[in-house]
Amino acid sequence: MCGIAGLFLKTPELRPKLGALFSPMLREMSERGPDSAGIAIYREAGRGAQPCKLSLYHGDPAFDWKELARDLAAAMGGEVEVERIASHALLYASGAPAELRAWLLAERPDVRVMSAGHSLEIYKEIGLPAEILERFAVPQMAGSHAIGHTRMATESAVTTEGAHPFNTGDDLCLVHNGSLSNHHQVKRWLQRQRGARFQTENDSEVAAGYLTYRLSEGASIAEALEAALTDLDGFYTFAVGTGDGFAVLRDPIACKPAVLAETDEWVAMASEFRAIARLPGVESAKVWEPAPGRVYSWGTA
Amino acid sequence: MSHDRPAHLRPSALFDAASIHEIQRAAREGLYRIRGFGAKRALPHFDDLVFLGASVSRYPLEGYRERCDTDVVLGERYASKPLHLQIPITIAGMSFGSLSANAKEALGRGASAVGTSTTTGDGGMTAEERGHSKLLVYQLLPSRYGMNPEDLRKADAIEVVVGQGAKPGGGGMLLGHKISDRVADMRTLPHDVDQRSACRHPDWTGPDDLEIKIQELREITGWEKPVYVKVGATRTYYDTLLAVKSGADVVVVDGMQGGTGATQECFIEHVGIPTLPAVRLAAEALRELGLHRGAVKLIVSGGIRNGADVAKAIALGADAVSIGTAALIALGDNRPELAEDYAKLGTAPGCYDDWHLGNDPAGITTQDPELERRLDPVLGGERLANYLRVLTLEAQTLARACGKSHLHNLEPEDLAALTVEAAAMAKVPLAGTDWIPGHGF
Amino acid sequence: MSAALMTPPEALDLDRLEVREVNRRLQQAEAGESFEVLNPLGRHSLAVGLQRAVAITLRGHVGYYCAGMNDGGRITVDGNAGTGLAENMMSGLVRVTGDASQSAGASGHGGLLVIEGNAAARCGISLKGLDIVVGGSVGHNSGFMAQAGTLVICGDAEAGLGDSLYETRIYLRGTAGDLGADCIEKDMRPEHLSQLTVLLQRAGIDADPAKFRRYGSGRKLYRFQVSNLGSY
Repeated sequence: MCGIAGLFLKTPELRPKLGALFSPMLREMSERGPDSAGIAIYREAGRGAQPCKLSLYHGDPAFDWKELARDLAAAMGGEVEVERIASHALLYASGAPAELRAWLLAERPDVRVMSAGHSLEIYKEIGLPAEILERFAVPQMAGSHAIGHTRMATESAVTTEGAHPFNTGDDLCLVHNGSLSNHHQVKRWLQRQRGARFQTENDSEVAAGYLTYRLSEGASIAEALEAALTDLDGFYTFAVGTGDGFAVLRDPIACKPAVLAETDEWVAMASEFRAIARLPGVESAKVWEPAPGRVYSWGTA
Repeated sequence: MSHDRPAHLRPSALFDAASIHEIQRAAREGLYRIRGFGAKRALPHFDDLVFLGASVSRYPLEGYRERCDTDVVLGERYASKPLHLQIPITIAGMSFGSLSANAKEALGRGASAVGTSTTTGDGGMTAEERGHSKLLVYQLLPSRYGMNPEDLRKADAIEVVVGQGAKPGGGGMLLGHKISDRVADMRTLPHDVDQRSACRHPDWTGPDDLEIKIQELREITGWEKPVYVKVGATRTYYDTLLAVKSGADVVVVDGMQGGTGATQECFIEHVGIPTLPAVRLAAEALRELGLHRGAVKLIVSGGIRNGADVAKAIALGADAVSIGTAALIALGDNRPELAEDYAKLGTAPGCYDDWHLGNDPAGITTQDPELERRLDPVLGGERLANYLRVLTLEAQTLARACGKSHLHNLEPEDLAALTVEAAAMAKVPLAGTDWIPGHGF
Repeated sequence: MSAALMTPPEALDLDRLEVREVNRRLQQAEAGESFEVLNPLGRHSLAVGLQRAVAITLRGHVGYYCAGMNDGGRITVDGNAGTGLAENMMSGLVRVTGDASQSAGASGHGGLLVIEGNAAARCGISLKGLDIVVGGSVGHNSGFMAQAGTLVICGDAEAGLGDSLYETRIYLRGTAGDLGADCIEKDMRPEHLSQLTVLLQRAGIDADPAKFRRYGSGRKLYRFQVSNLGSY
């Protein structure tokens, strides 16, 4: 049970201000989710020979990321650069994100892969959204789109791993407000039939894993979300990010709130209008509530 | 059971007489069984716990001389006017409609005489009830029957009802026999309908929205009144955490033995967890938040019958208990003197549970004016007050024996369990051992 | 009122005042006083619990439960309203110039609620006597278990309109999705036409009453019967 905020910039001129525009939106959602917060931000792709980007987390603040980078380079070939960002680290590498993720899951289970892809970075922590935004210097970040989440944990633990957004496929992320009612069954099915791996007891991670599975079958994000309407039971509002797209879906009963606003410059989504209220040009924005069971998407999502 | 059955005729333990009877009834009528009362099958309960009275290692308090206080304050977290109860036993929400006006009045009189509160129900507040209850808790329910801001302001506390122990996840029900003109008008219903209430609130779902709802209720009432959140016991640990995060001053947890005026029997007997584990789970959540015996209070209900139940619930972590079924019995429900009347209805004292039918010979669960007259609200109030006094004295007796000068100093370590089940559910060691199942040896 | 007695509305700016302060001021105002609330910016529980005929205009979008339990206030939202607009309203007038989110007018007992734009799901759920006029369309399950009062919809209605309806009257100009259980179309008799005409006039919405159809309860679910089990 939570708050969601998402911002997708249509005009490249606004990109340097993405973090500055997005951070107040997430802060407004603090009361809906005071336990923990997370941000998925789509920035420029990795560097030159290291186009692949992973955001990682380790519970030990003094964790030696350089050593991990050396091990990864030795195992996978190519150079690996690392940048520490508070409790997280960004790794820049060559190769396929899925392979890097698989190596880390197998060889370094103590390290949590928050995201793997080319432009996506995910930062999440326990605590108040305002502190977390500052800790990761989100207000200073540039990028094309961002999705954030403030969490009031329902049936799973308040941990960094349990915070949203969840990323299970390249550059894909999902945040969720609501409560699924058949996620254990879906999870077991994904594990058994698809060999999917999960890191938490969180129902939202199952939803993300479900979308990843559908995408791996060749579905578009919109098609995967349409299928979710049949396969996922319960109450949900989902916001989904891809490398260059953004999508929103509410369950057919649509008890959990969601508001969309759109101008020529941006599309914003939030659990409540107050998150959107201070965006530039909001006075003339088209503001509406997403209809139940209908997929909304922008970019190439 | 049947004494004249020859020994070679063996009835099935699985298809016992009650199961066979119910299959035959369902086949005949094509509708599930609806009834009142609470769960009737044997469930793990407080009976499986005993107190470790003082002897040499601990010192008891003198029974009738040394103090053992019983008061409790509810609503210190956010309310500017908390509720101060003289005893930690309150009357649970039961609607006018489900109960007669005389029964509601008697509950108010009895509770007020001993300095505790009573609660409205799914049908609004009557003037008689307000008039006879010194402390009255006003319920905000999914149906919003009879909900109005004037009564909200007249209340001493507000209880947001998410669910009840007899039917967590289900809505209320009041069948036409009990919808008198007055009941229908209070609920804005056409006369002579079977009323079904929604299972979710019309304008919020989930704790993030509940937080905003509670803020609205506080804004409307000037942040004066304690706000309770009542849940049926199921995923109690999480529900308690979320009620607190949503801003509740008081969490009310109703175990599966909790009663109801009318619902499907399958609901009463098969949904929810017993009160015994529910208290422990709720208390654990409050301890984790650092609020136990603090700014947020825990009220537990569902099958409280005597002072031992009260004391055990408090020892396991409740700050107060709430009674419904026991209060109706104290008023005179199911009493042997009515055996003839019960026989006419095809039932017997101790078994009467057709509270939904409105033909209650005790005049309690009815809207029939003739039957209602059988309950004298003054006498009923006195009986209830007597019963509440006995519960309190019993709880004090046990607490003193454990050396406590206040009931709220009872703790789980004052208890031992008689069965492995109770030990596991209450997280209290099996008597004579240090063993709590699930917690090593 | 003579010009000399006209005083400009008192401005309450939510960028400078807390929600609690603004509500206290509005709740304590005398009948006839008027206010303008600035910068609501989607905040919740604004102008709730009013008990007198105080005139209030909120300049901008509001959050949940605006005008909740209103009893006499004359409240205008110059923008959109969030969940539970005017929930459990008793009397008075609430008007929203934009759209309303879900559960607008939930369990309202009296007065008039006007939504000039669209209303989302569950508009008029558990209605108990309030009259609601929606200039646009309404979302699914509007009028769910509605007991009394009126729901006027100038646009269309999504699926589940009037599900498990008691005695609320529904007037619909556009098209209905699948009707809810026990909701049926009924004849538009002269008394209905005149009721609708008056409501549209009071709401200040220009729509031809003759273009509306009336829906009400089939009253088949009033008794709990085996034959209706599929509809419960």
